[in-house]
Amino acid sequence: MTDTHVAAHRQAAAPPPDAPRHTALARAALLLLRGRTLVVLVLLVIIFSSISSEYLTQSNLILMTKHVAINAILAIGVTFVILTGGIDLSVGSIAGLASMVSGGLLFKGLNVPGGTIFFSVAVVILIGIVVGALVGAVNGLLITRFRVAPFIATLGMLYVARGAAQLHSDGGTYPDLAGTEARGNTGFGFIGVDSILGIPVAVWIMVMVAAAAVLVTTKTPFGKRIFAVGGNERAAVLSGIRVNRIKISVYVISGACAALAGLLLTSELGAAYPDTATTYELNAIAAAVLGGTALSGGRGTIIGTVMGAFVIGFLSDGLVLVGVSTFWQSVVKGAVIVFAVITEQAQQRLQSTLTRRTA
Amino acid sequence: MPEILEAHHISKKYGGVRALKDVTFTAYRGQVNVLVGENGAGKSTLMKILSGSEQPTSGEILLDGEPVQLGSPREAQARGIGIIHQELSLFPNLTIADNLFAGRELRRGGRFVDAAAQRRRAREVLQRLGQDRLAPDTLVGDLPIGQQQLVEIGRALLTDVRVLIMDEPTSALSNHEVDVLFGVMAELRRDDVTVIYISHKLDEFRRIGDWVTVFRDGGLVAHESMSRTDTGWIVRQMVGRDPDSLYARNSAPVGDVLLDVRGLTVPGPVQVDDVSLTVRAGEVVGIYGLMGAGRTELVETLMGMRRPSAGDVVIRGTHEPKGTVQARMAAGLALVPEDRQRDGLVPTMSVRENILLATLARMTRGGLLNGGTEQRTADGKVGELAIKSPGLGALVTALSGGNQQKVVLARALLTDPVVLLLDEPTRGIDVGAKAQIAALMADLAAQGFGVLFISSELAEVMAMADRVLVMARGRVTAEFTAGSVTEEALVAASASDSVLEATK
Repeated sequence: MTDTHVAAHRQAAAPPPDAPRHTALARAALLLLRGRTLVVLVLLVIIFSSISSEYLTQSNLILMTKHVAINAILAIGVTFVILTGGIDLSVGSIAGLASMVSGGLLFKGLNVPGGTIFFSVAVVILIGIVVGALVGAVNGLLITRFRVAPFIATLGMLYVARGAAQLHSDGGTYPDLAGTEARGNTGFGFIGVDSILGIPVAVWIMVMVAAAAVLVTTKTPFGKRIFAVGGNERAAVLSGIRVNRIKISVYVISGACAALAGLLLTSELGAAYPDTATTYELNAIAAAVLGGTALSGGRGTIIGTVMGAFVIGFLSDGLVLVGVSTFWQSVVKGAVIVFAVITEQAQQRLQSTLTRRTA
Repeated sequence: MPEILEAHHISKKYGGVRALKDVTFTAYRGQVNVLVGENGAGKSTLMKILSGSEQPTSGEILLDGEPVQLGSPREAQARGIGIIHQELSLFPNLTIADNLFAGRELRRGGRFVDAAAQRRRAREVLQRLGQDRLAPDTLVGDLPIGQQQLVEIGRALLTDVRVLIMDEPTSALSNHEVDVLFGVMAELRRDDVTVIYISHKLDEFRRIGDWVTVFRDGGLVAHESMSRTDTGWIVRQMVGRDPDSLYARNSAPVGDVLLDVRGLTVPGPVQVDDVSLTVRAGEVVGIYGLMGAGRTELVETLMGMRRPSAGDVVIRGTHEPKGTVQARMAAGLALVPEDRQRDGLVPTMSVRENILLATLARMTRGGLLNGGTEQRTADGKVGELAIKSPGLGALVTALSGGNQQKVVLARALLTDPVVLLLDEPTRGIDVGAKAQIAALMADLAAQGFGVLFISSELAEVMAMADRVLVMARGRVTAEFTAGSVTEEALVAASASDSVLEATK
């Protein structure tokens, strides 16, 4: 890539006779760089399936995709935030808090004067998501009204939300979320355990969340405004965009997505414990970055993030399957993330060189 | 007269814009060489080349008659060429002494910073600058801008400079500080140091300059001994003979008052002080003034980006008290900002997205953006304003400066304004694009818009405006009609009051 880039650069100064061929080469390189997440994913599948015959089986693919689903939903939420130039470190903790709130409602109900109320599963899930959204709103208010840097505000929330999750049960686990017919709260396993048409419900939910997110980011004024805020906040203000409102909204979306992911995880485990989804925020940010979302804001796609989540999930599970130690898994994952950012920058350079030449 | 630093046939291109055209400039040894010209005339570009921070596209630089390569500011410094930039390059979090020696700390034992020696030398430099009472341990961030500027000059004095370039060093200085600076310059001249001095303030540089060189539109138009010139001659050279041929003049009949501003006051480092003005339909009103006169702050406040402490804004006869960007936009104002990179464009977005940014809500059907409407709307504006672009989907950064400016203008026009506020609409774009923007403004006035524009260029403001307001230190200090305005009067009104204010 670097060679092509250098060649392209030199040529920009004084175009040699074979300029078109070089340009074509550079364009091909750019296409490859743009689709790099997909390229990496295909390479991963080829490599792992040649080492292990189990890797490419239907059951393993479904299992891996189910693992991907939770991180992908977290990462989609975080992508909204990163597109505005912010960051959300609190999503893992929000997932944990939502897990405990919902788990508590299913396990011991809500104590009110005069007795205990049990809600149906649908209502419990809704409450969990609303809790996540509210925590996100607090993040957004801290960042806009009180001008706390997003990193700091959400780092603080990382601790606060996790602490709140632990306080909820005094550190204990809600071991049984199955509910009873008498209380009318059975069926929590549906979202994390059951399948429809052979595909886990969690995966269907991921697909729906992703589809909605794609629609919002590409087809609505709100989506365009998110990109504008991340690309140039001052220009956004001058264009009459209510920047604070946009910013609060993306943290709410991120919180809601995190809560949903936490609930899927809880349903899958069948129990709610306060350490649910600890450090998941890092995987989510990694997926967004791998998928080409620029941490500086204004650039990125939901599809890219989902692909990034697939790369991380398929890589981790593949390494487990072929028996690589967890220590090496960590090293490989970290290296892949850094490499992704390097290629992202190569793409930016190549793109601006090509743009300049056509202009 | 021995020449020390010469630029021979220097040209410089930025993308498609020619910032310098075949300029041959000579600085005489031990003299104060003054450079004047309007914004974008090429002075600063030439100084960047002479101080090594930019490379010329063609031409050569001679130092003491020998051709030299100035590949970096460090190389230029090593040859004794120092520069003081208009924008300060100090570290506000460090002390005066630390700032003076940043990057070239005095050492003890070759390894450790000799803080005592630095303080001693710093005190000497401050004394030379007439700032004996200033402690070297003061944080630079705690100093007023004028003294910060002196620290910057102190940095240059510490090195062995033979040629010292100053890019508008007095724009933020009080009268007393200007006197100190001129004293330092006179002393430098005695020490056989050559000074190249860029300034806008005619009354000031005539006191100190030995030679004057005038730039216009990227070319050097005049070079004369200061004693053989007068203010009128310099202004004529700056403006050129026939500005009217370049700029289209509005001839629309004037209608109702569209914008009525009364007693607007905005606190801040650059303040707006009790400004009242009106803009009528079909009228082009210019605001002339120096940098820091409060013009940008005025239009930003009108647009709702700053909070005034007093004053009323009446748009089309209706009070608009809310003062948010959204409210002002809805009432009929639109602003094309001065710094389009910083305030205007979203560089990560396409031409189309940038054009439609302020009016996205209108492009929807059933809550979703309608690609067809977007395309038609953007296409319409591109045609109307003759925006040249590789395509609506291309990144906006691929466009030339003039076309980028038209993109911002297109966005503003789409919000259906009644009064357009344009802050330095022709800054940083080439002459051809300037003429186009001027024609567009006249055209808008003819369609019944009110146009309020800011300009630092005498020729532009005189040729384009039906009425000219002059601002200095946040106040409107003079008002002229197109018939009564003269260059001298504008220059006097823009500078004199700032002097009066400073002595208070």
